[in-house]
Amino acid sequence: MKKYFSALVVLAAVVGVAVSLRSPRNPGEFDVVAFSRLPTLVNGRVKPLDTVARTSLLMLQGRQRVTTADGASLTPAEWLLDMLYRPATANDYQVFEIVHPDVLALLNLSAEDGAGKKRFSIHQFAKNLGELDRQAKLADDAENAARTPFQSAVIQLRDGVILYQRLQNSLVDASGDDFLGQLAKLEQTLPAALQALWAQRAGQPHDPAGPAFLLEISKTLTSIESFSYLRPIPPAKVDSVDWQTAGTAWSEAIASGKIPAAAHAYAALGRAWHDRDAITFNEAVRSFRRSLDEQMPATMRKCDVEARFGSAEPFYTAMMLYVLAFLLAVFSWLKWPDALGGAAFGLVAVAFVVATAGILTRMWLEARPPVTNLYSSALFVGWGAVALCLVLEYFYRNAIGSVAAGLIGFATLLIAHHLALGGDTMEMMRAVLDSNFWLGTHVVTITVGYAATFLAGFLALIYIVRGALTSSLDKPTADTLVRMIYGIVCFATLFSFAGTVLGGIWADQSWGRFWGWDPKENGALIIVVWNAIILHARWGGLVRQRGLAVLAVFGNIVTAWSWFGVNMLGVGLHSYGFTQAAFWWLTVFVASQLAVIAIAAAPLAKWRSFRATAA
Amino acid sequence: MKNFLTSLRDFFVSLKLTVVLLVFGMLLVFAATLDQVNLGVWAVQAKYFRSFIIYSHVGSVSFPVFPGGYVVGGLLLINLVAAHLYRFSLSWRKAGIFLAHFGLILLLVGELLSGLWQKDFHLRLAEGESKNYAESFRDNELVVIDTTDAKFDDVVAIPENVLARKTSIQHPKLPFRLVTKTYYPNSLLQRRTPAMSAVPEQATAGFGTDIVAAPQPLTYKEDERNLPTALIEIAAPDQSLGTWLVSTQLVMPQEFDYAGRHWQISLRVKRAYQPFTLTLVKFSHDVYAGTDIPKNFSSRLRLTTPDGREDREVLIYMNNPLRYAGLTFYQAGFENNDRTTILQVVRNPSWLMPYVACGLMTAGLLLQFGIHLGGFVAKRRAKATASQPAAATGARPATT
Repeated sequence: MKKYFSALVVLAAVVGVAVSLRSPRNPGEFDVVAFSRLPTLVNGRVKPLDTVARTSLLMLQGRQRVTTADGASLTPAEWLLDMLYRPATANDYQVFEIVHPDVLALLNLSAEDGAGKKRFSIHQFAKNLGELDRQAKLADDAENAARTPFQSAVIQLRDGVILYQRLQNSLVDASGDDFLGQLAKLEQTLPAALQALWAQRAGQPHDPAGPAFLLEISKTLTSIESFSYLRPIPPAKVDSVDWQTAGTAWSEAIASGKIPAAAHAYAALGRAWHDRDAITFNEAVRSFRRSLDEQMPATMRKCDVEARFGSAEPFYTAMMLYVLAFLLAVFSWLKWPDALGGAAFGLVAVAFVVATAGILTRMWLEARPPVTNLYSSALFVGWGAVALCLVLEYFYRNAIGSVAAGLIGFATLLIAHHLALGGDTMEMMRAVLDSNFWLGTHVVTITVGYAATFLAGFLALIYIVRGALTSSLDKPTADTLVRMIYGIVCFATLFSFAGTVLGGIWADQSWGRFWGWDPKENGALIIVVWNAIILHARWGGLVRQRGLAVLAVFGNIVTAWSWFGVNMLGVGLHSYGFTQAAFWWLTVFVASQLAVIAIAAAPLAKWRSFRATAA
Repeated sequence: MKNFLTSLRDFFVSLKLTVVLLVFGMLLVFAATLDQVNLGVWAVQAKYFRSFIIYSHVGSVSFPVFPGGYVVGGLLLINLVAAHLYRFSLSWRKAGIFLAHFGLILLLVGELLSGLWQKDFHLRLAEGESKNYAESFRDNELVVIDTTDAKFDDVVAIPENVLARKTSIQHPKLPFRLVTKTYYPNSLLQRRTPAMSAVPEQATAGFGTDIVAAPQPLTYKEDERNLPTALIEIAAPDQSLGTWLVSTQLVMPQEFDYAGRHWQISLRVKRAYQPFTLTLVKFSHDVYAGTDIPKNFSSRLRLTTPDGREDREVLIYMNNPLRYAGLTFYQAGFENNDRTTILQVVRNPSWLMPYVACGLMTAGLLLQFGIHLGGFVAKRRAKATASQPAAATGARPATT
């Protein structure tokens, strides 16, 4: 049994991954999946509606699943369909996460009214939206860094409500009744109404109802035009980026008399969804899809892959596998080192493959190098560290690499998950960053430097925790562990140095100076200097095993500060990605590392592992 | 005596000193980064890196708290050079270390030089406008211009820090002395109203007589600049030509006649003249469709020299600066509804040094760690061959 244990575990993991990758199935009779793959332009990028639904839900409530009042659960795409076409129904879904007690009080809500005591429907606080807006305006005047948690929560909720309302007004007039019926009437009567309008302008006899109707609906369309979150109407020319809102498309249709196929399709889909007519809906979505396939095959292929990627959630799968691998590897130190250690190694490898596939997919979708923003840097730091761990584990087979991989892999993906709550993680690159060459060289190298410095620090954590708190660290393992830390510090020095230098060269190329003492530059420099300090302290005989481990753990603090702390200062050329909640977590992390250093400060004779050998 | 020299040498070549200095350097960079929130990047550089000692101010008393960049960097340089001279030996094993540290020496020297030589200016151009000078970010100058000859102006420029000393200035080209009565490094100007009649008159000539200047606290924000005001008495040998209020907030120069010549006086942003002229043809600001996210900023400029040898159009955009005549122009900003471009102008004669230094260091590190890794792999291989019989009997190899 023990013999086959690791093979069975890895097999189970592979099967699990395969299941997560299979094509999503429709929850009911409606071909919601086909709908979720339709393209739209949002925030400068063409993406499937599925991505819009998922990122909107993450921004509003921190998770992708929606539960209705009667306990049924909706896929993100179903929720989006209700938002777009049945706004009144959607308004009862509890998709706003509100936890700040003062904000709850402001909106006259009590936690008990919310799903899971924290999720509310807009219906529940609609009558207090005016007060929310007023408070948010008051908070807008405070500088980002000076805002109280209440003010930040108010602004976040206000922005969520705006996103929600803009989304609802993308295809229909959410406040009017029977807008879809009006659109149907427009489609039927447009030629006649236009003729009447021209006759009216020419002063000839005409039916006044037609022009009056056009005037009426034009007003509504103008408001949709200005509110719309989506730009779902593809450009008429293939290589154009000029995607239109539904409002614009219909307004132009009224002017020209010609209705774009996409506008017609979205109106037909809306009527079918609204009337719960699955057959018509499925026909409409499939014929629209066929026309899009002819018009823009490359875009549609990307949308298919992205929607599939969104439903597979590879990074979530990898995260779970890392946790399992970590647990198995830790237990392997207590019992069955071969079976459990082998299984952990296998799981890390499977998780690594899944994460790699996820990162490669993102790169292909964006046509960018792996690291483009804070989110992808978290993915890549984890990826780089796990890759190094796999190398270490391949050589040493002592489960230390697997423990470190499980820990860092899980932690970085968790960080990434929280960074994803800010919105779509595949953003368009701001002008100065729009350079694949430098993103591919400087950013990748420096991120590998971060990864290696963290790995050295986590290996040192294992050394200290295992050595001081358990009796499982024997002399040969301790020596090996220290050799690993030392090797990884060398690697980290090389990469963080090369990355910093490449950054200097980029700065010289684009800003005319190699070094400007900008906070992010300083952060990178501090990592390099700290790694140099570790190496020189070791070469100079100032530290031995324990000292090296302590210095490497402090390297975690240094790296975390450069990675996130610098952005929190809110100054400098690199200050993109300020996050307030992150500050709290950074403090917790620093405190935990200092605690480990304090443990390490205990005299070696008190360390449980070394007490045994000393005796 | 010999003992003392030996211990001095041992001190300067020791790795302990290296580690201590590196820790000092790191703390310095860390503190400087945090202080940017208060002081902004320019003041921080002057206080922390381009200084020997960092002072802390409590009230009006200042006392030294930490060695500045020159001390830490200088000592590190001495330590590096001394250690390598002392321990130098030509061998492959040491080649990587030597190369990396030689690169580091070059990098430190290069940073010192660029600190001393690098100059930053900015150039603001509206569409269609031409300029043959760039302006300083922070420095101002008092200019007295002899405009008698219609064909050329004879400019005498006095740096702001000379005004700050509030002394009497005698320049050989000027037939009068300039006496700084008052100098506010940052100020607010207000038109004199009847309610202010109690405020004593500051200027006695020019349009400063209608203006009241009040000192303001210095600003360190990157997007604000200090607006100095000075009261200058123009003292001719035979008479006083009055006290004039000059300020960077007054756009028009003030004029007067003396000794048969026509003069202008004003306090303006310090200029650096270039031997060529740039004209803004067009500034473009592209955004991603349906968003405000900037996709690209670019300035199309016409570059001309007075001798007529250069007359061409150039394009400056993100990550693509113009390098000409030892200056680098890069796209730094825009204003005025996308019709005015702001270019940053950098002069840095030592710009090549970091490239060379970093090349050497990277090569050195690669060599050094490559040798380490090679040794490690060879050792493992030897061990693996030695333990093969054990592996055959089922024991786990490679657990160490």
